[in-house]
Amino acid sequence: MSLAAAAAATATVAHAATTAAGATVAHTATTAAGATTTAADTHGFLSPTGVEIAFLLVGLVTLGAAIVSVTTRQLVHAALWLVVALGGLAVEYLLLTAEFIAWVQVLIYVGSVVVLLLFGLMLTRAPIGRSPDADSGNRWVALTVAVASAAALVWVVVDAFRTTWIDLDGAAAGSTEVTGKALFQNWVLPFEALSVLLLAALVGAIVLSRKAKANPPAVVTSAANEPADNETPASGTAASGPAASGTADPEKEGAR
Amino acid sequence: MHLAYPAVLSALLFSTGLYGVLARRNAILVLMSVELMLNAVNLNLVAFDVWLSRAAEETLHSGQALTLFTIAIAAAEIGIGLAIVLAVYRNRGTSDIDKLRDTAEGHETDGRGTDGSDSEAPAAQKAEATA
Amino acid sequence: MTTTTLAVLVPLLPFLGAAAGLLLGRTTPGFVRPLAVLPTLTAFALAILVAVRQGGGRSIDAATELTPTGSVPIELALHIDGFAALVAVLVGLVATCVQIYSTGYLRDDPRYPSYAALVSLFTSAMLLVVYSGDLMVLLVGWEIMGICSYFLVGHYWETPEARAASIKAFLVTKLGDVPFLIGIFALAMDAGSFRITTVLGAVASGGLDHPTLIALLLLAGVAGKSAQFPLHTWLPDAMAGPTPVSALIHAATMVAAGVYFIARLLPVFAASSAALLVMAVMAAVTMLGSGLAALAQDDIKRVLAYSTIGQLGYMTGALAVGDRGAAVFHLLSHGAFKALLFLAAGVIIHAAGTNSLAATSRMKGLRDRVPDAYWTMTVALLALAAIPPFSGFFTKEAVLGAAEHVATGHAEGIPGAAGWIVLVTGLLTALLTGAYAMRLWLRAFHGRGADAPDHGKQPLAMNAVLWLLAVPSLAFGLAAGPLSDWFDGRDLTPTLTTSVLGTGLALVGGLVTYGAWKHTTALAARVPMGAVAAHPEGDAAHVEAEAIASHAPAYGDVAAAPDPADPGRLLLGPLHRHAAVGFHLDALYTTLFVRPVQAGASLVRFLDREVVETYVHGAGAVPRLLGAAVRRAQTGNVQTYVSALLAGTVVLTVAVVLVATGA
Repeated sequence: MSLAAAAAATATVAHAATTAAGATVAHTATTAAGATTTAADTHGFLSPTGVEIAFLLVGLVTLGAAIVSVTTRQLVHAALWLVVALGGLAVEYLLLTAEFIAWVQVLIYVGSVVVLLLFGLMLTRAPIGRSPDADSGNRWVALTVAVASAAALVWVVVDAFRTTWIDLDGAAAGSTEVTGKALFQNWVLPFEALSVLLLAALVGAIVLSRKAKANPPAVVTSAANEPADNETPASGTAASGPAASGTADPEKEGAR
Repeated sequence: MHLAYPAVLSALLFSTGLYGVLARRNAILVLMSVELMLNAVNLNLVAFDVWLSRAAEETLHSGQALTLFTIAIAAAEIGIGLAIVLAVYRNRGTSDIDKLRDTAEGHETDGRGTDGSDSEAPAAQKAEATA
Repeated sequence: MTTTTLAVLVPLLPFLGAAAGLLLGRTTPGFVRPLAVLPTLTAFALAILVAVRQGGGRSIDAATELTPTGSVPIELALHIDGFAALVAVLVGLVATCVQIYSTGYLRDDPRYPSYAALVSLFTSAMLLVVYSGDLMVLLVGWEIMGICSYFLVGHYWETPEARAASIKAFLVTKLGDVPFLIGIFALAMDAGSFRITTVLGAVASGGLDHPTLIALLLLAGVAGKSAQFPLHTWLPDAMAGPTPVSALIHAATMVAAGVYFIARLLPVFAASSAALLVMAVMAAVTMLGSGLAALAQDDIKRVLAYSTIGQLGYMTGALAVGDRGAAVFHLLSHGAFKALLFLAAGVIIHAAGTNSLAATSRMKGLRDRVPDAYWTMTVALLALAAIPPFSGFFTKEAVLGAAEHVATGHAEGIPGAAGWIVLVTGLLTALLTGAYAMRLWLRAFHGRGADAPDHGKQPLAMNAVLWLLAVPSLAFGLAAGPLSDWFDGRDLTPTLTTSVLGTGLALVGGLVTYGAWKHTTALAARVPMGAVAAHPEGDAAHVEAEAIASHAPAYGDVAAAPDPADPGRLLLGPLHRHAAVGFHLDALYTTLFVRPVQAGASLVRFLDREVVETYVHGAGAVPRLLGAAVRRAQTGNVQTYVSALLAGTVVLTVAVVLVATGA
């Protein structure tokens, strides 16, 4: 389903995305050019550009949404906050001039993955309201490990890339054209291999979610109405099944 | 733009996802946290790709291509993962991962025998209930 | 065929018979009896032929070296002189008689095939010892006899007495064999060869460096094999084996091997007067002690066993005074009449259903039930008591004559004290021998009381053998004159003084016993006692096994019975109690050796259990504790595992970064 959606999205939305991203990029380029255009050393953290401020603000929203998503006690809310976080990330992609990926992010994650997760929550009869036991007893250990890893990663990253400057001027680094060219000039073989992998995942998901109905004939009556409802998660993936093999084609066409 | 901004954001998102993976009880929430971690990595990939392609050190756009692949694989992963979670839920009547302790030391004495026999009925009921 | 070939065939035939018997015993039971009797019979005939060809003249020597064995060569050697030829004839005769007798005695025994094969193997080993000209080859036969005696004594292994006796026989003889082996090595090192002829040549030229040490070491092995004090204790217990085995092993062959060995190597012993004195004292203690013990035994076979020990003491005494002719002469006649005594005792046990003299002394008319055994046993007992003109008289007088010869100082290089010791104890033993022979005869055949049970006629094979053996018991003494040529040429005919003294003492002993018996026999009716075998209709071996097994429960002891009608009890007085148990030697050995060894074993066991195993347990406990601690972490919760994994990853990453940045 995800790839089917992605393929459809690529085909239809590509033009609009390019135009919108182009506007943003133009804007940032002008503000950045107003400050300095020279080497990375001259850019200080105390004098942020507009793009940086936008990135920072969106990043705060994203991070906040993510944190709420992993801490809230209402399971459905967690999924919804995840939508916010993933959407925020899509905006960040746009700010980084990777517009194609931004739209793919929106379509696949926000559009399908989160929907799938919500399906899963419903199928496992997750409580709708606040559930006090949403977190396991492992929480404090988890917090320690997470904080430690965050500290270590931030420290390392900041220490390494303190002065590195991304020049966002000029043509978009991730426009559909650029990405399409790169994908189908240099990455064709992994791309095709990926389609095979998706097929395998599809088959695996069907096999896993199918009920073993071979043995007892006595259960046939109850099994008769179950498969239809019960295969809903499977049919979610199964729906992408027939399309999965065709996935590559529209995407290729769209890229071309 | 300073590379440090997306890099730090990515690191913080990754750690948030890490916390979720380790602290959440419901298996589906764990899967969500995994998605967060994947996205953090994606952000990193995109940021570095933009930087390197601008600096003309790398023209293959490998970061963005890899991001696309990661997104596709994440979609597949979430499909398989949910199928597994559902199968577990159907068999065990729960999707809380800290209750799935079959590999614990000395489990054979108290588990398995009762688990296997009486989990059929509730599983069927739950499956019906989902309808 | 040359005499050498015949001589090789003599030990070889019973060996092949034994191998064939063991192989075919199960599959073709029809061949077992011919395979048991015929090879032994042929070997007997060949031994006679060899003896005739050798004729007491020059010794026959032949040797072949199979493979080089270093500085001291080992050769397959034959050395047949007059001694070897005649002893081989005796062994063949007794073995043949025993094999024939066994066909009747173990008629229904399911283990007869292996029994017969072992008897054949035993015969073969003894013949090998007799003919061998090489000490190493001799040792092979010597040890085969040891293991065969272990199996044969334990033939009735269902009974605890037989099991204990077989182990005791094996261990005690092995106890002697260890110094024996060392002695043989020492002798070979001194002489430079294992060949007997070479050794004797070296002795003659004075080439031995440590004659006393070697002689005493060898003497230990001989004492074990020939049941001399202090290693004689296995022989009375070995009576728990079947009677034909007792006849073969414990009367004529195996115990004779020790005496024969000294006779072969007498110059080695004679080179050390200390060794001769030790031998004389050993013989004296053996003779007197066994004579007294024989007088107190209740089991008919144990009486004979102690008499065997005593007669072997005579032979050792003859060797101690340096006269191997007399020793081997006595060995030959003793082999014949003692085999006869044992075989006749087997018939009595079968007929009476008991091995207890207390029981037979309460049976009337036992001698009419077994007339063949009665008459032949009478002959044999007369021979044992050395009454002229039976064979024992001549041979025992030869021993006493040799002792007197030395005691009166007519022999060179042999201490006169040895002569006196042997002479005096020999005469005293003659008195005791007469007494216990008379007691045995009276109590076995002249009982009073209820009629002896009728268990039918004895098998012909058993009776015929008795008469065959009675011939040498009667007439072997006549050979004294011609036989002296076969030996060292010394005169074997009796001298007047010792003859009169010996015969007189034996008669006195017999008459005193008769008087005592007359005095006590009236008591027999007042104290009824006795137990007979539960299945008298079974074959003889079966009856005997039951009799042995029931002796201790019925009379309170395997050796003695609390019978006031026993003339031995009157004669021995307070000594009787001690004599019945072999003068407490077994108890002494238990205290001196068995208990310390068991204490040592339990100490070792304690060390092993408590000390060594503590280390082992400790070595196991630490990992077990660690394992318990680690097992605690095995919660089954995946999140815990992943937390630990990621925490470790973070720590490692930080460490790597720190190292990489040089911080």
